Amino acid sequence: MDGLTSAVAPLLLAAAGVCALYKQVDVFPAFLKGAREGLQTAVNILPTMVGMLTAVYMLRASGCIDLLGRLLSPALTLLGIPEECAALVLLKPVSGGGGLALGSEVMRQAGVDSYAGRVAAVMLGASETSVYTISLYCSHVGLRRTRYALPAALLGDLAAFTAAAFFVRLLF
Amino acid sequence: MLSWVWVAFLALSLLCGGMTGRLAEVTAAMAEGAGQAVTLLLSITGLMCFWSGVMEVLSRSGIAAWIARALRPLLRPLFGDAARDGAAMEAVSANVTANLLGLSNAATPIGLRAADRLYTVCGRRGAPDAVLTLVTLNSASIQLIPSTVAAVRASLGAAAPFDIMPAVWGASVVSVLAVLSASRLLRPVYPDCEREMEKRGRK
Repeated sequence: MDGLTSAVAPLLLAAAGVCALYKQVDVFPAFLKGAREGLQTAVNILPTMVGMLTAVYMLRASGCIDLLGRLLSPALTLLGIPEECAALVLLKPVSGGGGLALGSEVMRQAGVDSYAGRVAAVMLGASETSVYTISLYCSHVGLRRTRYALPAALLGDLAAFTAAAFFVRLLF
Repeated sequence: MLSWVWVAFLALSLLCGGMTGRLAEVTAAMAEGAGQAVTLLLSITGLMCFWSGVMEVLSRSGIAAWIARALRPLLRPLFGDAARDGAAMEAVSANVTANLLGLSNAATPIGLRAADRLYTVCGRRGAPDAVLTLVTLNSASIQLIPSTVAAVRASLGAAAPFDIMPAVWGASVVSVLAVLSASRLLRPVYPDCEREMEKRGRK
């Protein structure tokens, strides 16, 4: 299992290169174009990260995040989610950059390979910024009512967070 | 929405800091946080760029088109009558493929085009289930390689930054299933009022 996991990324890399050469794609310029887009993404989220990470640092220094963790811990314990990830559960569905900032902080503080650190990482990897996604799509199409979209998406996030904790316990 | 969240964060930290007598720490944290955000982003930018480049190669290599074709029969049952429209389903499967490969720059425009097409197919009124299915599907994550998170893990010195992948896949599958079944179960609770009224009017 471990060998398989560590092989996935390099395998995909090799497959991409071989298939692209076979299809006579000019590989390196294509790579450069993609990498430039990645850089653009990073530049685009920088202001959000500055705003959000600063707010997260201030919240933590004030003791507010610990307080929130303690308040929510009975409910979270029921789902198996560690107390350190309490604020992340609330922030990630609303802000992608904020989620990344807060999640990185949890990883740094709890230890990147600790239980809480891993759960935070899996929570980030397995969930989307639902509230933002719904408002983007619905306003683009021009839907006036979104019916069950928001409750269904938030239930999905809760399922993702609970499953994140479950799979980390199961696999590590 | 985000403005409210952000201002609430700042106000809460001042309030909590005032009550616990840690205002000095809060002020210090403000200076530290801004710098840390840049440090964090710089340390993950390399791997983010690299994977974005690899995925661009992958999508041009024909693998993306192949995945999209393989996914179409799986996606069709989710979209009811709207699935009969070829152009709509093509855009839907391209959107899901781009999400799967983590091509977030490509996924959103294709997804918006797919949503638009589905809405047209459904007669551009009310809030059709086909459009909402696509929206809720996009609100769950189905990324094959969680490269941004792996980059954060690498920057913090994780022993194997990518070893969280099986857990991410498991949790993603659970959340997609949860989103789809929640949408299905909640349909009767949130009826499409405009369409219901139209039907009644016709009778």
